[in-house]
Amino acid sequence: MTKRVVVLDYGIGNVHSAVKALEYAGAEVELTSDSKKVQDADGLVVPGVGAFAAVMEALNKVKAPELIDKRLSGGKPVLGICVGLQVMFEKGLEHELETEGLGQWPGVVAKLNSPKLPHMGWNNVSSAKDSKLFAGIENELFYFVHSYAAKEFSLQVDPPFIAPAVSFAEYGERFIAAVENGPLIGVQFHPEKSGEAGISLLRNWLGTI
Amino acid sequence: MPLTTRIIPCLDVADGRVVKGINFENLIDAGDPVELASKYYQQGADEITFLDVNASKEGRSTVLDLVRRTAEQVFIPLTVGGGIKSVADVAALLEAGADKVSVASAGIERPELICEIANRFGSQVLVVSLDLKRSVDKRSGFTVTSHGGSIDTGLDAASWIEKVQELGAGELLVNSIDADGTKKGFDLELLNLVVAIAKVPVIASGGAGSTEHFVSAAKTSVDAMLAASIFHRGEVSIAEVKQALQNAGSFVRSAA
Repeated sequence: MTKRVVVLDYGIGNVHSAVKALEYAGAEVELTSDSKKVQDADGLVVPGVGAFAAVMEALNKVKAPELIDKRLSGGKPVLGICVGLQVMFEKGLEHELETEGLGQWPGVVAKLNSPKLPHMGWNNVSSAKDSKLFAGIENELFYFVHSYAAKEFSLQVDPPFIAPAVSFAEYGERFIAAVENGPLIGVQFHPEKSGEAGISLLRNWLGTI
Repeated sequence: MPLTTRIIPCLDVADGRVVKGINFENLIDAGDPVELASKYYQQGADEITFLDVNASKEGRSTVLDLVRRTAEQVFIPLTVGGGIKSVADVAALLEAGADKVSVASAGIERPELICEIANRFGSQVLVVSLDLKRSVDKRSGFTVTSHGGSIDTGLDAASWIEKVQELGAGELLVNSIDADGTKKGFDLELLNLVVAIAKVPVIASGGAGSTEHFVSAAKTSVDAMLAASIFHRGEVSIAEVKQALQNAGSFVRSAA
């Protein structure tokens, strides 16, 4: 059955590509922030580009924190992309500025320790062993563009819940490339800009929702 | 593992068609932009760049339409340059499906524009395009030109690069006016100079005529290489360029 996906519309950057890539991957996609539509969708995608603080401000304006909380407490799938992954952590550190995130996961998002930023281009991901997201595309490259990242994942999950699958990438230092934690999934790279590998990853996600 | 060296075909567009001229003159029709972008995507291009060469008011809506249609079938980063003069121009392009914009002359006329774009959308959307030309009068040996090389701005290339990086450039597109259209290879001296002072990724442009030219340019440690006519004329394919780079020890992303 065709999966219905809402791409959260909160007035930031290029969301057209995310919509088109999800459609190409086989989903029926709507760009909206309407509360009922957000709750009713099979999957919610939270895109995000630019500064952590600016993204949080825009998310707060459409009451996204409540929308996301409500979905997750009902076990409904949410996929954060790029800064959409970053805001799932407790806070973001940019220059001297500390911004509160959505706090779904413990930890901070900070500047990458690399000689040349932004980290822009195609990079490998060391995918977690039990990853469903990277099934069949373990050795592909994905397109990254960011200067900040979460570097450690410290959430402990007790059985019977499944332990989160955390995948890492490296650019100057090791950072989190993807997290699969029950219904909440996040990727630091842009699957909608990662060619056929990115489309396959979106298909893998659609297959789990 | 380092990032892959990116190969970027550039489509110069005018009135909804791809055009190509030597040193930006004598433009000839080279096809439909969406079709070509899609073809390059299938062949393993790492990004696509559209350069609106006669950015007029009527032309703007044509470009937005091209971007929209391209983003429906091309799932790699898309950069658009030409005629961008304001934050509103950038917003319209990003909304249509562009990931980055490239700014050249407008940034020279009004450097605050670079700052405004970077502050509003983040540095990662902003490619500052540099049309550089040899000049014995300049400290670095290169001068900054505008309007496709026809106007010498009097700015020293090295000083201008330092300035645009401070203002918020996320990437530098280095186009050699001396090499452009000659097919004699990228300007390696210029690339070495820029790579040494760049704090952001560098894209080499101008002069590609064979796969060996890409191999030589990659040795300067540029992050990406952009070319137009060599690909449009089918002289060399993107796959052949990547194969040559790989054989020479560069890390590349192979075609899908």
